[in-house]
Amino acid sequence: MLAAPVKTGSQCYHCGNENPATTYTFDDKAFCCAGCQSVYQVLAAGNLCDYYAYNDNPGQTQKTNDQQFAYLDEEQIINDLVDYRDENIIKITFYIPAIHCSSCIWLLEHLYKLNNGIVHSRIDFLKKQVIVTFKQQEVSLRKVVEILNSIGYEPLISLQDIVKEKQGSVNRGLIKKIAVAGLCMGNVMLFSFPEYLGLSALEQNYKVLFGWLNLAFALPATFYSGRDFFTSAYSGLKNKSINLDAPLALIIAVLLLRTVFEICTQTGPGFSDTLTGLIFLLLIGRWVKQRSYYHLSFERDYRSYFPVAVTVLNNGNEKATAISELQIGHRILLRNNEIIPADSILMQSEAFFDFSFVTGESAPVKKVAGEIVYAGGRLSGQATELEIIKPVSQSYLTNLWNNETFTQTQTSKNFNDTIAQYFSAVSLAIAIAAATYWLTEHNTGKAWDSFTAVLIVACPCVLSLSTPFTLSAVLGIFDRNKFYLKNTDVVERLATVDTIVFDKTGTITQAESTGISFSGNLCEYEKRLIASLARNSAHPLSLELVKWINSDIFYPVSEYSEIPGNGIFGKVDDITVRLGSSIFVNNSGKINQDSSGVYVEINGEYKGHFNIGQHWRDGLNTLFHSLKRKTGMHLLSGDTETDRQSLYAIFPSPQQMYFKQSPQNKLDYIKQLQAKGKRVMMLGDGLNDAGALKQSDLGIAITDNINNFSPACDAILQGENLGRLARFRMMAKRAMLTVKLSFVISASYNLLGIYFAVQGLLSPLIAAVLMPLSTITIIAFTNACTRFFSAKLKLR
Amino acid sequence: MNIIYFLIGCSIVIAIIFLCAFFWAMNNGQNDDMHTPAMRILFEDEKPDRKIE
Repeated sequence: MLAAPVKTGSQCYHCGNENPATTYTFDDKAFCCAGCQSVYQVLAAGNLCDYYAYNDNPGQTQKTNDQQFAYLDEEQIINDLVDYRDENIIKITFYIPAIHCSSCIWLLEHLYKLNNGIVHSRIDFLKKQVIVTFKQQEVSLRKVVEILNSIGYEPLISLQDIVKEKQGSVNRGLIKKIAVAGLCMGNVMLFSFPEYLGLSALEQNYKVLFGWLNLAFALPATFYSGRDFFTSAYSGLKNKSINLDAPLALIIAVLLLRTVFEICTQTGPGFSDTLTGLIFLLLIGRWVKQRSYYHLSFERDYRSYFPVAVTVLNNGNEKATAISELQIGHRILLRNNEIIPADSILMQSEAFFDFSFVTGESAPVKKVAGEIVYAGGRLSGQATELEIIKPVSQSYLTNLWNNETFTQTQTSKNFNDTIAQYFSAVSLAIAIAAATYWLTEHNTGKAWDSFTAVLIVACPCVLSLSTPFTLSAVLGIFDRNKFYLKNTDVVERLATVDTIVFDKTGTITQAESTGISFSGNLCEYEKRLIASLARNSAHPLSLELVKWINSDIFYPVSEYSEIPGNGIFGKVDDITVRLGSSIFVNNSGKINQDSSGVYVEINGEYKGHFNIGQHWRDGLNTLFHSLKRKTGMHLLSGDTETDRQSLYAIFPSPQQMYFKQSPQNKLDYIKQLQAKGKRVMMLGDGLNDAGALKQSDLGIAITDNINNFSPACDAILQGENLGRLARFRMMAKRAMLTVKLSFVISASYNLLGIYFAVQGLLSPLIAAVLMPLSTITIIAFTNACTRFFSAKLKLR
Repeated sequence: MNIIYFLIGCSIVIAIIFLCAFFWAMNNGQNDDMHTPAMRILFEDEKPDRKIE
């Protein structure tokens, strides 16, 4: 069963990552790490190796996997997490970010093979969730989670459970309304055809029947399917504003009233066909607009970043405690990679914390006993003890969420709602003018006819279709470029921003530097020597070197010493190794002194140097270059000024760079810009940007892995595509242009209709033809436009 | 031509039956996940004798 190091240049059988020089082998299969191998062993023992049959290397790398699940034994936490529980079974939904292929589905639906207590498990692939039913006498919740973890599918369990929030998001109601509207429209069309084609005298008695049937179908379409337009218009009017639904509701009401009137008085066939068709199309527009990303959450706050529970020490006993129950004075035990849940005092001699997500500082921070450590920092190194000094919700970082920005809901008027006001006013004015004209001619019938007809024809329904169709097409294009927008309104805001504020760490810099290369020759043994030495230093470059060398074997280090700003040296395996700047090592003038990097000297002999690539994101230079002419750019960093020099070279407005900014500073800075009338876009990645993201007109969270935590925002952008931001904004502008052009087209159709309407000549046939005709034109137009613009901007 | 009254009645009743069936399917959650079943159907049947080999 023991893994023997074997030389291969292959891929890991489990995760497909490139194998390191020393691989793990089991069953003649090579694995990149012990984690991947153990997953394979669990699956092999459970006779589940079909997992590997459906896809090549379906697993996820298991290199970073050390999780504590003791808290899942606490009754109260279990009750908070489960969907259903009785004395026998528990049903629970897990969100598992690792779900990505058909092998995942197959494996997770065969969980019962791994443990008899698991009755049933079912995956929802798009939402990346699995619903597990298990017998609680036979297996505990903790055990189920540990099984999932052991096969490489660690569920994401957080206080703010995004799984449950999403459950109501499937809009079944809207689909049902569309079904009813569709049924009514189809039948009404059927009964209206004889009228269109002209009925002979013989068939006149059918006319009455068809009229009443049409009316019967128009009623459910109006009162069931079209109900939302009335409620929305009413709530808009109550807040003293006219939204797009107001004129739509008016038209639906007028259409229904006139149909009822004509059918009851037998004066005409009514407008049931237009009415049902209109409601059907409007609902389709709403449906298109509702594009949801089940696997993304735009509403996360610190609660989904923080753990569910921590270990509290009480007279030497460890007890998992929910974070909400933490009190001042509690002594907690924090293990490697765990997050500090609340501001506390360090009780042990020293520890390193990674605050990159909280303050933006890129390098790990060393804290000594008695120092205050802020919530949100991640411990890197040995387990340590802390004493809580502030409750979770009052801590330095979480305090941000008590800011008024998070309690207000911003509402900005969009193009449609602005247009709707004028539209309603103009069409009402024309309708009244037409009616007044016919009244002065003493023709009451014509006055009524023309008044209603103008309102029907001047329908802004095209607006409520062209916007969702255009903008959701844009969302689809962005989606393919790994830019995920919360909803279609965000496209509009993207088109209008004139100021961009960048965060530094994690936003314009890459969280993990990949650009390490070595010039010179090193054998495996020498690499291990370097890794063994660098492991002792907390300097970011050392950490990256250790990561890059990726060795599992370390040698003992003696006489270790670190000279800040220069380098480190020590005896590894009784050989002197020096790592550091070019002056620090004896390079005998062989290389250019200016070039930066980490230089290596082993046993007094110069070996070469590591080139640490620029850790700016790809395309950053071109992005700055293309934005600088028309856009104000600012940089707010929580980090120290170490990068100021290198930023001078690329950042277009160096006088607008600010360092050592607290989360509150960032929020206030955005507020100041907005007070000057700027429309601000904020790009950030960490919790320290959360306030600024929320305050800004458009907050974009940058992330390297969309399944990882990202703070509440309007859009999530995959870091690799940051360079396309300028093109994204151009696309949004073009999309808004398309919407405005389509408005012009629809207005010309409306004018044509109004020409008939004011004369009281609008027959149901003209109305029924005009509406779908304009709709088709607009949809074809917007489609062609978005395709054209996206091809032109090379966004595919 | 009176048969047309009967036919209209039939067509409406059938339409409403289909609508009810659709409502039932929606409420039952059958349309909530449109993606996974399409992948699930491609899995091979279990081979129960494999463990013995």
